[in-house]
Amino acid sequence: MNWVIENLPLIGQRTLEHLALSIPPIVLSFVLSVPLGWVANRYRLSRGVLLTVLGLLYAIPSLPLLIVLPIILGTGARDSINVVVALTLYGIALMVRTTSDALGSVSSDISQSATAMGFSPWTRFWKVDLPLAGPVLLAGIRVVAVSTVSLVTVGAVLGIKSLGLLFTDGLQRNIVAEVLAGMVATIALALLIDAALVLLGRLLMPWARATRTSSTRRSRLTAEAAAS
Amino acid sequence: MNLLIDAFAWIFDPAHLGGPNGIPIRLVQHLTISLAVLVIASVIAIPLGYLIGHTGRGRSLAVSLTGGFRALPTLGLLIIVALWLGIGIEAPIIALVVLAIPPVLAGAYSGFEAIDRRTIDSARAVGMTEGQIVRKVEVPLGLPLLIGGLRSATLQIIATATLADYVGAGGLGRFIFVGLKSNDYSQMLAGSLLVIALALISEGIFALLQKLVVPRGVVANQNADVRTPSSRRVAVVGSPTEERK
Repeated sequence: MNWVIENLPLIGQRTLEHLALSIPPIVLSFVLSVPLGWVANRYRLSRGVLLTVLGLLYAIPSLPLLIVLPIILGTGARDSINVVVALTLYGIALMVRTTSDALGSVSSDISQSATAMGFSPWTRFWKVDLPLAGPVLLAGIRVVAVSTVSLVTVGAVLGIKSLGLLFTDGLQRNIVAEVLAGMVATIALALLIDAALVLLGRLLMPWARATRTSSTRRSRLTAEAAAS
Repeated sequence: MNLLIDAFAWIFDPAHLGGPNGIPIRLVQHLTISLAVLVIASVIAIPLGYLIGHTGRGRSLAVSLTGGFRALPTLGLLIIVALWLGIGIEAPIIALVVLAIPPVLAGAYSGFEAIDRRTIDSARAVGMTEGQIVRKVEVPLGLPLLIGGLRSATLQIIATATLADYVGAGGLGRFIFVGLKSNDYSQMLAGSLLVIALALISEGIFALLQKLVVPRGVVANQNADVRTPSSRRVAVVGSPTEERK
C-alpha cells in the first residue's frame, strides 16, 4: 500500500498514457466499422469475404502482431502507433460483424416505410437504419472498449508506455503492490470508459430506454380495451 | 521486406530446427501447455456451463463474469500469479486456466440458450427425462456454440502462452523474448510468425470442426430455416467468429 501512496504521480502518468493509447483505437474502430459493416450487410459476397478476413485477423495474437506491424507500417519497433493500429484492427474485427448484424436486424417493414415516406437511401441510412441499430452497436463498442483497455498493457513488454509498465516493472523489482496497482487501475479505467459509453448511449438514444415503458403502456391499454 | 526474408531464413536455419532450443522443442512446449490448459478449463467450465444453460439459473452471474473477465489484463494476471507462486510452469498454467474458463463457459451455456425453447418443451412433452433432454437434445444442438467457445478459448490460450514466457514458461514466446533482449529482430519476427501460423491453423481446425458437429437433422432443415430463434436474449460474447444462428 505504501508503494501506491508514494508513487501516485507515476500511476497517474501511466494512466494518462494508457488512456491516450486506448481512446484512438476505440473511436477509429467504431468509425471505420460503420461503412465496412454496411458493405458487409449489403452484399452477400462481401459479407463472407470481409467476415472471414476479419475473423482471421482477430485470430492473430497481440504480441506477435505488435512485432510484425512495424515491418508493414515502416514504423519503429517500439512506436506507440503500432499499438493503436493493432488495437484498431482488433476493434474492427469485432465491430464489423456486430454492425452488419445490427443493420441486418432492422426490420424490412421499417426500411420500406421509410422509403415510402420519401427517404433517400442516404438519409434513410443515417436517420432510420443507424439509429435503430444503435443499441446493438453500443453493446458491441462496449466489448471493444473493455478489451482494448486491457490489451494496451501487452505493449509494455516491448517498452511501450502504459499501465502495463507497472506489471513488467513490478515483476523485475518484485513489488506485488505495483502489479496489483496496475491491474486495479487498468480494470478501473476499463469500467470508467464502459460507463462513459453507456452514458453517451443514453444521451444519444433516449428512445432505447423509453421503449420498455411504452410497450408496457401499450399492453396495459390493450388490456383495458379488452376489459371494457 | 528484407526483415521478413531474414525471419524466414532464421526459421529454416538448420541450427534452429533441432536441439534443446530449437523450434520443435518450443513448439511442443507451446502445444503441451495449451492443450493441458484447454483440458483443465473444459473440465471445470463445460459442466458448469451446461448446468447454467439447462436450468437457466445463475445466468446473469455467468454473463457478468464472462464480460468482466475481458477487462482483466492478461499480462498483469500472469505476472501476479508468477510473483505469488514463483517462476515455473505452474503459474502460467493457473493464469491461463483462469483466462480460458470464461469463453468455454460462455460457449457451453449460450449453446443451450440458443436452442428454441419449443424444441426442449417438445422433448419434455414426449416424455424425455431431464437427463435425456440434456444428453439427446441440448448437448448435440449446443455443440457448434460450445466448439465456438473452445475456439476463442484456444486462441486466447495460444496468445497468452506466448506472453507466458515472460515469466519463464518456455514455448514459442521464448524466441520473441530472447530476440527482444539481444536486439535480434529477425528472431523476434520468426517467433511471431510461428505463433501467428499456429493460431491460424488452430482457427482453421476449429472452424472446420464447428461445421462438422452441426447435427444432421439441423443441416437437413437449414434451407427451410426451421430452427426458430431463441426466445431468450443472446448474450454479446466478444468474438467475431461465433455462430449467431
